[in-house]
Amino acid sequence: MLDFNQAAALGQAIAARQVSVREAAEQSLKAVACQKTKLNAWITVDPDQVLRQADDVQRRIDQGEAVSPLAGVPVAVKDNISTRGLRTTCGSRMLADYTPPYDATVVARLSRAGLVILGKTNMDEFAMGSTTETSWFGPTMNPWRPGHVPGGSSGGSAAATASGQVLLALGSDTGGSIRQPCAWCGLTGLKPTYGTVSRYGLIAYASSLDQIGPMALTAGDCRILYEILAGPDSRDSTSLPDSPLPADCKLKAWTGGAGRPLAGLTVGCLDDAAPVQPAISAARAAAIRQLEALGASVEPLAMPLLDEAVPAYYLIATAEASSNLARFDGIRYGYRPDDADVADIGDYYARGRSEGFGREVRRRILLGTFALSAGFYDAWYLQALKVRRLVCDRYAEALRRVDLILSPVSATTAPPLGASLADPLAMYQSDRYTVAANLTGLPALALPFGQDSQGLPVGMQLTGPSFSDRLLLAAGEHIQSAQPVTHCAVDGEVSA
Amino acid sequence: MTYETVIGLEVHVELATRSKIFCACPTDFGQEANTQCCPVCMGLPGALPVLNRAVVDFALRACLATGCRVSQVTRFDRKNYFYPDLPKAYQISQLHQPIGLDGCLDLPDGGRRIRLREIHIEEDAGKLIHDPWEDVTLIDYNRCGVPLLEIVSQPDLRSAEEALAFLERLREILLFLGISDCRMQEGSLRADVNISVRPAGSEKLGTRTEIKNMNSFKAIGRAIASESRRQAEWLRQGRSVSQETRRWDENKDASFAMRSKEDAQDYRYFPDPDLPAVVIDDAWIERIKASQPELPAAKRQRYQAEFGLGDYEVSVLTTDPALSALFEQTARLSGRPRDAAAWLMGEFLQAVKARGSRPDELTLDPAALARIIGMVEAGELNRTAARVVFQKVLDEGADPDTAADEAGLRRMDDPHALRQVVHAVLESCPDAVLDYRSGKRQAFGFLVGQVMRRSGQKADPQQVRDLLKATLETD
Ligand SMILES: [Zn+2]
Repeated sequence: MLDFNQAAALGQAIAARQVSVREAAEQSLKAVACQKTKLNAWITVDPDQVLRQADDVQRRIDQGEAVSPLAGVPVAVKDNISTRGLRTTCGSRMLADYTPPYDATVVARLSRAGLVILGKTNMDEFAMGSTTETSWFGPTMNPWRPGHVPGGSSGGSAAATASGQVLLALGSDTGGSIRQPCAWCGLTGLKPTYGTVSRYGLIAYASSLDQIGPMALTAGDCRILYEILAGPDSRDSTSLPDSPLPADCKLKAWTGGAGRPLAGLTVGCLDDAAPVQPAISAARAAAIRQLEALGASVEPLAMPLLDEAVPAYYLIATAEASSNLARFDGIRYGYRPDDADVADIGDYYARGRSEGFGREVRRRILLGTFALSAGFYDAWYLQALKVRRLVCDRYAEALRRVDLILSPVSATTAPPLGASLADPLAMYQSDRYTVAANLTGLPALALPFGQDSQGLPVGMQLTGPSFSDRLLLAAGEHIQSAQPVTHCAVDGEVSA
Repeated sequence: MTYETVIGLEVHVELATRSKIFCACPTDFGQEANTQCCPVCMGLPGALPVLNRAVVDFALRACLATGCRVSQVTRFDRKNYFYPDLPKAYQISQLHQPIGLDGCLDLPDGGRRIRLREIHIEEDAGKLIHDPWEDVTLIDYNRCGVPLLEIVSQPDLRSAEEALAFLERLREILLFLGISDCRMQEGSLRADVNISVRPAGSEKLGTRTEIKNMNSFKAIGRAIASESRRQAEWLRQGRSVSQETRRWDENKDASFAMRSKEDAQDYRYFPDPDLPAVVIDDAWIERIKASQPELPAAKRQRYQAEFGLGDYEVSVLTTDPALSALFEQTARLSGRPRDAAAWLMGEFLQAVKARGSRPDELTLDPAALARIIGMVEAGELNRTAARVVFQKVLDEGADPDTAADEAGLRRMDDPHALRQVVHAVLESCPDAVLDYRSGKRQAFGFLVGQVMRRSGQKADPQQVRDLLKATLETD
């Protein structure tokens, strides 16, 4: 894209008037049009709105306003983040015609920072899925290997970024939905500390787990985008003040440095007996070598409760979802069934929700409804909360012994289209390495580490203590400056 | 066999905060439909609740006034159910950790102590309006998110009279706390009534039925009487009462089964993940305590002790916070509490009644009323003139001195001028003078009236009587 593969560089060129905001936007729009049928990464792109935004930002720059380092850079926004006047569907038939009357806080922050919202990206319906195949608008393809899934649920954002249509995207992560598509598309993505990025305007899947975060080609770009997104928001009661790292956090003293910038850091490498693909083990070994070469000491870290975390996660997520998604009743907005012969209001709800929601969403609403039902609440929902508490305790303990935790993002690389949907339990198990960050609220960063034999990217994950988001991103930048990221060539060729 | 009625009440009160519980929308009643709404109270996708701390302040006032134990950590739970007036399809309420527990309320006149199980905070829903002409149901979401307190009693009430006395007492407390206007006709106070009967002397509770959403005292009284009669009749016939929810039909003067226990909904309560727990520390409670208004029971005692008012005056003056505030200020400013009470219970309440309004809807400056009382006391205004001045003050917000002067109402206290009026009257009414002198005493009253009229009601009647008598007897 205009030969830029870092948003920071494009932002600088725009600030220096080497590239106009309109040129950057038009280039992105061209790429979108070009790859529309091949990848299906977008649900809504409105070129007129894009160009209006671009001219607006150009005017602000021309008037000498110090907008932000990313002013004029196009950005993709996942379609569960509310955009005023721009359709926001959550990848669902239920909201296929819904246009929000207000902007999510993160969208308002992007606009204030002068980023141009290029459009809304495809996703698993209501963020429920790991492959972007459950979307009402059809599956998205992995740009590295069309025919394979991009991961999910933020698969549209990942595909649009990996294929160079944009250099930055917003995703949301409830159980891995930023990190896993980043891993499968060779991108860097951060699931921030819960509460550091406002959820106001994010259409909730599971309120206590959802977090919006940046996706980009590099950790450096993620950091600049994160700075724009993060910060307290009075409209989100779960948003947290900018908290410093606790005094006893060793990471606090770490400042990095030339040569061996990770010197002094102890990284615990998750010791897990569950099988992973050979490419994943190879990436793990490469990551350990890389971390050690940069000065970190790496030690194995046993982490109990991995087997319990996934079911606890699915109980909590689906319980919250069953309540969060109850508002879609076809009365004020959203999908309306044909009501010519409905018996009563209950029948109307049942019909609208059966037709408006897809299979996976209905499955999870039913699961969650069950978990909260009288007689089952204690055994399922409360039990899951107890497991969550234990997982939090274990991670807090571990992060007193080590500074960061290294693990795979996923046990596999991107599977072919259709392979996961057949076995939902297997799909749920694939969240093994990602759900803990959501259960605990800890920040976790997905970084690309090479490819498998088919050329599909592999990602590794670094998890840090609460509020260590900036340090995680800095560590990512050091790793990537030692070994630059491999980009996906749009024509299918891999380029370094 | 005789049966005893056992009643428990769940009272819902709309709190009089300026804005709603989880957004900044106003809570004004009677506005155009769907004009007091935003993404939050309309439950739009992605919108999030932010607690209005004033709601917690108000709830704490109620807890402290009813002796509830305040939870140090209170939480909000979601009550899930589908209904068109509930845009999120869940109501944010409190089940697991309500703000107040284990309070009590004493029935009047040394009556029994009724235990309160809990007080919790929740949000109100919208309103469905059925249009029978068009055969459509319209929804007004203005009321969505108006804060409510639910005050739940233990089944300690034994009759309709007790239930009504309890509600009266509760209403009075909430009014004086200034946390609700408790207007049943506007729906800001509603009650669900739980009723069961049991053989007199039995300790075991019978099966209860619940009559929902009652919004008048009269209906509550009749519903309790009717439902306890029905249950006792069934038991006498050897049938058993089934646990159910019933609806009261005002027109038919009877209740009807709505749904049975088996159909009861599972609300799937769980902690609302959008709202962190609220920690209520001692400082917060102390701040509320320090600014807690005086409650009616304490006021009644004080009015008797401090102002020497009688039972009747005290009970009237403490029916309404605006009235009692007017009384206290007037009493203080005038230094004459009994006069203040007399004016407010007489002229003022008559004006309130005549206008069909409430005491707080009329503007009366207590300083103006105190000035009128002062002028009467100083002999500057007689009673009749004072009433005219009061009307001007109440209707036009007039200054009492200006009103008295402009209408020429100030007393004629120049003895020379009054003597002239007396002479003029005696000259113009020779027949009356003759009648008086021939022993017809009623002629005296006529002459007094004539003098008063000629003085433009400005003369002091006693002075007139004295002067007239002296003149008639010496001439
Ligand atoms: Zn509102």
